[in-house]
Amino acid sequence: MQFNSSMPWWSYLLMGAGLLAFIALVAQSIWRHRGVHRSLFASPYTLWMIVFTVLPVVLIAYYAFTDSAGGFTLDNFRAFWDSNHLMREQLRSAAGDEVAATVVRGSVNIDTLVYSLWMAFLCTAICLLLGYPAALFMADRQMKLGATIVVLFIIPMWMNFLLRTIAWMSLLEDTGLINQLLEAMGLGKRQLLYNQGAVLLGMIYNFLPFMVFPIYTSLSKLDPRLSEAAADLGCNSWRTLYKVIMPLSIPGVISGITMVFMPSVTTFFIPRVLGGGHTQMFGDLIEAKFLTEGNWNVGSALSLVMMLLILISLSILRKADPNGEGGGIA
Amino acid sequence: MTKVLKRIYLGLILIFLYMPIAVLIVQSFNAGKSRAKWEGVSLHWYIDLFNNTAIMNALWVTLSVALLATIVSTVIGTLAAIGIHSMRKRPQAMMMTLTNLPNTMPDIVTGISLMLLFIFTQVDRGYVTMLLAHITFDTPYVILSVLPKLKQMNKHTYEAALDLGATPRYALLHVLIPECKQGIVTGALLAFTLSLDDFTVSYFTTSPLVQNLSTLIYSATKLGITPIYYALSALMFVVLLLLLLAVNRRTQEN
Amino acid sequence: MKKLIAALLLIALLLPAAALADGVVNVYNWFDYIDESVLEQFEEETGIHVNYMNFTTNEDMLVMVEANPGAIDVVFPSEYCVQRLLNKGLLMELDFSRIPNFSQIAANLLDPSYDPGNAHSVPYMWGTLGILYNKELVDEADVSTWGVLWNEKYKGQVLMMDSIRDGMGLALKYLGYSMNSTDYTQLRAATDLLIQQKTSGMVKSYGLDEFKDKMVAGEAALAVVYSGDAQYAIDLDEEGRLAYAIPEEGSNIWVDCAVIPAAARNVDNAYAFIDFLCRPDVARKNVEEIWYCSVNTGAIELLGEEYASLYVLNPSEDIRARLEYYNDLDATWLTVYNTLWQEVKQAN
Repeated sequence: MQFNSSMPWWSYLLMGAGLLAFIALVAQSIWRHRGVHRSLFASPYTLWMIVFTVLPVVLIAYYAFTDSAGGFTLDNFRAFWDSNHLMREQLRSAAGDEVAATVVRGSVNIDTLVYSLWMAFLCTAICLLLGYPAALFMADRQMKLGATIVVLFIIPMWMNFLLRTIAWMSLLEDTGLINQLLEAMGLGKRQLLYNQGAVLLGMIYNFLPFMVFPIYTSLSKLDPRLSEAAADLGCNSWRTLYKVIMPLSIPGVISGITMVFMPSVTTFFIPRVLGGGHTQMFGDLIEAKFLTEGNWNVGSALSLVMMLLILISLSILRKADPNGEGGGIA
Repeated sequence: MTKVLKRIYLGLILIFLYMPIAVLIVQSFNAGKSRAKWEGVSLHWYIDLFNNTAIMNALWVTLSVALLATIVSTVIGTLAAIGIHSMRKRPQAMMMTLTNLPNTMPDIVTGISLMLLFIFTQVDRGYVTMLLAHITFDTPYVILSVLPKLKQMNKHTYEAALDLGATPRYALLHVLIPECKQGIVTGALLAFTLSLDDFTVSYFTTSPLVQNLSTLIYSATKLGITPIYYALSALMFVVLLLLLLAVNRRTQEN
Repeated sequence: MKKLIAALLLIALLLPAAALADGVVNVYNWFDYIDESVLEQFEEETGIHVNYMNFTTNEDMLVMVEANPGAIDVVFPSEYCVQRLLNKGLLMELDFSRIPNFSQIAANLLDPSYDPGNAHSVPYMWGTLGILYNKELVDEADVSTWGVLWNEKYKGQVLMMDSIRDGMGLALKYLGYSMNSTDYTQLRAATDLLIQQKTSGMVKSYGLDEFKDKMVAGEAALAVVYSGDAQYAIDLDEEGRLAYAIPEEGSNIWVDCAVIPAAARNVDNAYAFIDFLCRPDVARKNVEEIWYCSVNTGAIELLGEEYASLYVLNPSEDIRARLEYYNDLDATWLTVYNTLWQEVKQAN
């Protein structure tokens, strides 16, 4: 079965309608049955998730623990620890033990991982520093900003993320707008693009709204009488913020940290465009393993390591917010 | 005084958020091809845009996938939320773990794992696989938006309806669904937005023969992007802005 | 009744794909690598609809061709990828009676090492790898060697290719080795050289074809590019600052070919499309659009003096003698090249 773009657009709609009708049919037959328990309503979803989420993860695990011939191996994880491992093994047969012995341990994967974690940490911290006051002021009832300000924060997210990043490139270029301004002010040109700062800027730009929304949601749910009460009891506004508001906004902060940290660890594309390919992040590495090198086994092992790391950091974060009440964007 | 400072701070953040977008829109009117040189105002990138079949095809793919994925995931997700809500504690916890799983998976892993699935089952990647992938990452968000509304609802309303002689179907359509309508709408909007903006998952789950806007732009970036894409994003921006204003107006009138 | 509806829906799901499979040719070519009016002309003349899709690197293309068998009818790999596809048994052997215009292909590109007798591939464009430089910023004498990319004078002014074979290849050439080296010591030396270049701050950015625009905008002094992109940039640069050179150590010659995957579904249409591209008037249009070196003798004749006068596209016999094709590497050496290149990309 092959679908390609030679089909006119209406055939897409037709297929979609077919798919939808099929699901509706299933759904309908569920609730036609009078005695059926409502928990069965979740069965199409359960089935869907098993096929499209659980099974794929199992496949990643399968590839991570097998070699190209399909036999069980731990080599892919050894290759994660020692990025030269596979090359050394290959050289042993192609060029002899002597040559293979000159190959030292490669730290490409570990270094990239550490670098990605560090960049993600920086990005999350800066987003928190910038985003918390923003959320606080947005939720401030005295400012009378209402829903408009929230909408203003959402709109930029509707621009394609690739294009937003490219727009930064044209701002930061040697001949770009910022440098032209600097020159006009007599400050001279500066190399703004193709360094770590530019990558970080691109990440913060793309992820900042994900920090602001959850914090805003949890702050705007707070009862304004709480801070009034604190003021009545003699707290100044700083003390109220520190002792009353901040502790109560922790769930939002946790949720924001999660939503920024996770995508930033696996960022790809941004380092290539704004960083000039000087550094790569773990996402770039995984992509290269699958698409450039076609080595699915090592690529799967890297993905698995990535997932594990995120699960661990999430469970640590969840400890700080046991009820999981942090509001998402919704 | 502090109020002014607060406003200035928010203003600066907004400038930060909008500056690149303003640049894109201005560049879309640049007569020349290079980003570096301003060669006068022109609309020819907009004309080129509508004559570019690759972009127009990709636009169709993007919009139709987003729409279909939203519809399907809203139906499946709402049903699932109702189902999960009525489950006992243990299976409910299991389902919630399953629902949270995609949220804790980085996009790139989601995309790659689905790619492996399609290759493993020898399904040609293309429009349908991209649609399936979008439904997969949209549905949990619908569930997460609908569930809180169900939790807020009085547990006994549904049973009361049954006691009063309503069939389960009637109770579902006239009691449960209306109660969580707001959650369903939020979930659908969220699904649509996510689907529209997705690059990573689409990139791994489609073939080069079926491109959506994101994957098309991605291949274009490797070669130096022309202002035709700026024109495209400026147009999309304006359309979405108008849409949003219309929705906002309506909700205010209500 | 319900079953009937379900069956009908299923048919509706499958039908459009089957019904529209005729009269189509799925073409997978490099980005910006054809005169688009040629596609329209082909559709008008033959009534065959062209699905035209693009890729940006050989590696992307290989993955897609392998992962989507049958989805593509004509694809344009570079010579070493022709060899790889061939070794994997993914190419169809060509029936030359169905490509009468094959006779137009220049003799010195025929019967190449990557595909003996051209049994599976029809050359489409060819070119060289070299250095595009800004004459105002770079001393012309310096670009006679790849060493200019390590020359401290141009620190932070170099645009390097983010491509495994080209990146490793030029470092190997600079050291006096073959671009197809399978000697670990040589490869190690090339890698160290590239790492040193990166850590000493020579490189401004790693990228691909966007270089042509950056050079025109004056963003850098030197860029490693393919000859076609160099010609494009030189034409675009109104002030005439840009020039192209192939260093004396030698470089790479590449040929992008049209091939038909063994799993292609629209073989007749694929032949028609390839033959159409070999027609001198069509080949001429494509050259005039992208300004890569033409493989087509008829087209070169039609192009006349304008084409013959371009030094970028017509390297002298002396230089041509020092150019080599990339050989396809086996799995072992592919791993070695990939691993070493990752090391370069990670170095800081």
